Formats: sequence, structure tokens, C-alpha cells
Amino acid sequence: MTAALRLVAMLGAVALSVPAVAAEPPPNRQAELLALLHQDCGSCHGMTLRGGLGLPLTPERMDALSVESISETILSGRPGTAMPPWAPFMTADEARWLATQLQTGGNPP
Amino acid sequence: MKTLLLAVLAALSLSACVSVTATGDLGVVIERADGKVAVVNTTERTVLAEIDGLGDLSHASVVFSRDQRFAFVFGRDGGLTKVDLVTQRIAGRVLQSGNSIGGAISQDGRLVAVSNYEPGGVRVFDADSLEMVADIPTGSKVVGLVDAPGRRFVFSLFDAGEIWMADFSQGPSPRMTRYANVGKQPYDALITDDGRTYIAGLFGEDGFALLDLWHPERGVRRVLDGYGRGEQPLPVYKMPHLEWLTVSGGLAYLPAIGRHEVLVMDTATWRQVGAVPVLGQPVFIVAQPDKRRLWVNFAFPDNDKVQLIDVESRSVAATLTTGKGTLHLEFTPRGEEVWLSLRDEDAVSVWDVATLTPITRLNIAKPSGIFFTPRAYKTGM
Ligand code: HEC
Repeated sequence: MTAALRLVAMLGAVALSVPAVAAEPPPNRQAELLALLHQDCGSCHGMTLRGGLGLPLTPERMDALSVESISETILSGRPGTAMPPWAPFMTADEARWLATQLQTGGNPP
Repeated sequence: MKTLLLAVLAALSLSACVSVTATGDLGVVIERADGKVAVVNTTERTVLAEIDGLGDLSHASVVFSRDQRFAFVFGRDGGLTKVDLVTQRIAGRVLQSGNSIGGAISQDGRLVAVSNYEPGGVRVFDADSLEMVADIPTGSKVVGLVDAPGRRFVFSLFDAGEIWMADFSQGPSPRMTRYANVGKQPYDALITDDGRTYIAGLFGEDGFALLDLWHPERGVRRVLDGYGRGEQPLPVYKMPHLEWLTVSGGLAYLPAIGRHEVLVMDTATWRQVGAVPVLGQPVFIVAQPDKRRLWVNFAFPDNDKVQLIDVESRSVAATLTTGKGTLHLEFTPRGEEVWLSLRDEDAVSVWDVATLTPITRLNIAKPSGIFFTPRAYKTGM
């Protein structure tokens, strides 16, 4: 591998690790996202996220997953299941922020 | 003097008798965030009382006792609460499972059945005492539970792709009939108002599973099969609800899934005869009581609008902006007004059906389902 390529690879790794410190959405957007979580995600996962047609999204279950994998599920959905993709309605940073909220049991309604 | 006193006493006792509550124009609105229900009067357009302590009511539904006095409220946390609309108090409550989704009341009004996700199954209770009469484990999430004539309950198994019928006509231990391989992931079901036809919507494939209860021996057949014509489905942000089968002029209307269409079916053959394009994923399709127009609401992100389909031309006749989070709608018994719950506006809005204009709003926190007592007389309600 040439030095230049190795540098690119390293940069790639850096870029990949950056999202772990997701930019926090501004407070009004946070409120919108939490409302979306409990109301609209809640229509399948239960308003208190303890499960419905969709799996429970409780902190115990979410802690076992990485923020990256949770936010990837949120953005892309799970093809072949009832979980739809939310990328049209939120940015990747917002999905990561929601994922951390799920892990910490963020603001029950 | 003495006669005057007697007259006053008579008047007093008369006025005491006057405070009766007629239940025919009452209803219940679920306040999904607060575990409360609002008891409403549809003639006065008022909230009479708020009743607290019903647990998790996200996705709650209601059936009524045959005398319209009691509302049985099925909560998501497995709570079954019997609300007395006359005294406006809780008359009984059982926490009967971990996670439930809906319920039904038998034709004779004596049995209340609850469908559960966790643990999957159906539990049946005595409508008077709320004591458990029967427990039917299914090993699968149960959806689309309805009552059918002859003390029967019919329901579908989401994970297993089956339809089961529990027949209580011979007593408290039901005779079970199971239909396997009805299709992938039935998500909800309905029964026609004559109690004859049970139709389950499938999420995992394009189609519906139909059971003719006049001829249960003929089994379940597939209708509207492949309505998507193999096209890539659109994402579904909320599952449609099959609450009513809207039949008008020999045609029935059902929501497509993953397609912004209302499917039209001939009820003589149960074949698709058309589709009406609408603006989003349909959730509820409800006919006005005169059956001339169908009112359709939508999944996120189109849940601020309602479209009206004219059944003669089979096309959209009006698009109304009703308000944010329009979750459910219910017509007054003869259909001159319609009540719409606006979850994100903390209001229920009442519209005039003839002029299509809003009349008034009631402040009700995070309203979802609206249920009026005339449902007491309807099969499958
Ligand atoms: C229309 C129904 C529906 C809606 C709405 C919905 N989900 Fe889901 N979701 C599902 C289903 C079904 C699954 C399970 C998929 C599977 O079987 O793998 C799921 C899975 C998930 C998972 C993975 C859970 C795990 O344990 O692997 C996450 C995280 C998730 N959803 C988050 C969300 C969020 C956040 C929202 C709202 C922005 C949302 N969902 C809205 C149906 C839905």
C-alpha cells in the first residue's frame, strides 16, 4: 500500500469514528424528535416503547446494540419487515442522537 | 300551608328523578398520553367527565355493553377497564396480560374477549364480573379480533399467519377451528356488519384473507391477491386499521398497504374492480352513514389531511386539512357531523358533513380513538 493510500484509509477510519460524538440537535428539534419517537414510532413500538407490532425499544435492549447500528436501522429501516426508513425525515446526526436517547431511556412522555 | 309543603316536596322529588343520563348520545375519547378517557355528549358537543387511571392507552380501543351503559376499554398494557358512563366512574379493571391490542364483545353481550401480543393469545372475561372465563394461548401476536354471530370470536395470528375461530355457543370452553397458511403477517381484520365475512389484511404480501362465516367449512381464501402488481412497495409509517368494511353500491373499499390507493372490490365476486389514488398511505376508511362518501385519513407524514371519496364517481371529491395528527374519526349516529381527533393539536374537532366546515373544537389532550355508543348494536364494533 502506498503512503498516500494508507493516509486515505486512515482518514476514512477517522471519518467513520467521528459520528460517535454526534452533534446535538438544537432544543426545539430535540423536542420534535422526542415527540416523533413517542407518538409516531410509538404507533408500532408502543408509546412507552415497550413494544407492540415492533420490538420493544427499552434501554436494556438498546444498550446491547451500538449507536451506529440503531441509527442505521432508523435511517434505512429493515427491508422485509414493517420497520420503515426514516432518512427522509431526519439527518444522520439526528438519528444518532435518537439512538443515544433510546439507550438512556430518554424523556418518557 | 301543609299542601304547599307537600307541593314543594313533590317538586323536589320530581327534580331528583329528572337527573337521568341517557347514554344514546354519549361517547368515549381516548386521551392516549394520560391514561384517561373523556366521556362526551354528541348532541351538546361537550366533555362530561374525564376518567383517570386506565394505564397505557396508546393504541386503545373500546366496545360497549348492549345497554350502552358500560364502555370496555382495552389498553396497551393489558388493562381491561370497565367504565360506567352513567356514574362516570371505573366499574372494574383487570390487568390481564403484558401487552394487548384490542377486544370484542359477544353477540349476547356476556363475554368480553381481549387479544394480546405478550404473551400472545386471547383471554375471555365475563362482562359483568370481569372474571376470566377462558384463556386461549396462541404463541403469536393476536390481531383483528372481532365478535361473530353465535357467540363466536374470530382473530388472526400476526407471526403465524393463521386465522382462528373460538365458538362459545356450547359454554365456557370454546370449540376451536384453526385455519393455517392464510398469508404472511395479517396485521388487522374486520367483519362485515351482517356478521358474515371476516377479512384480514396481510402485511407480508399484497392481498387479503377472507373467511365466509356462513360456510366456515369452505376455509379461507385469498382476495385482492397481488394488488401491487409486483411494484416496489412504498414505506408504511403506520399500519392501516381495518375497522369498518365500507360497502356501498355493491362495492367494498379497503386500504392498500405500501401504495397510496384505496382498493375497490366487488362484493359479489370479491374481485378487485379498481383503485382510487389518494395522497398518502390510508389508515382508516370510514363511510358516512348515508354511504355516499368515504372519509380516509393517512399515515405519517400525511396525517394532517382527510380525503373524501365519492362512491358514484369513485374519485376523490375533496381534500380537507383537518389538523396535525388526525388519528381517527367517528360520525354521529345519523351522520350529520363527524368528530376528528387531532393528536398533535390536543383537540377534537367537530365538522359539519353537509357543508364540510368545522363547527367547534373540544380541548382533549392527545386524543386518539373516538367511540360513540351506537357501536353497541353493531357486529364487529
Ligand atoms: C410501521 C411500524 C413501525 C414504525 C412506525 C417504526 N418501527 Fe421500528 N421496527 C418495526 C418493526 C416491525 C421492527 C422489527 C424489525 C425486525 O423484525 O427486525 C422494528 C425495529 C426497530 C429497531 C431495531 C430493534 C432491534 O432490537 O433490533 C429500532 C432501533 C427501531 N425499530 C426504531 C424505530 C424508530 C426510532 C422509529 C421512529 C422514528 C420506528 N422504529 C418506527 C416497526 C416500526
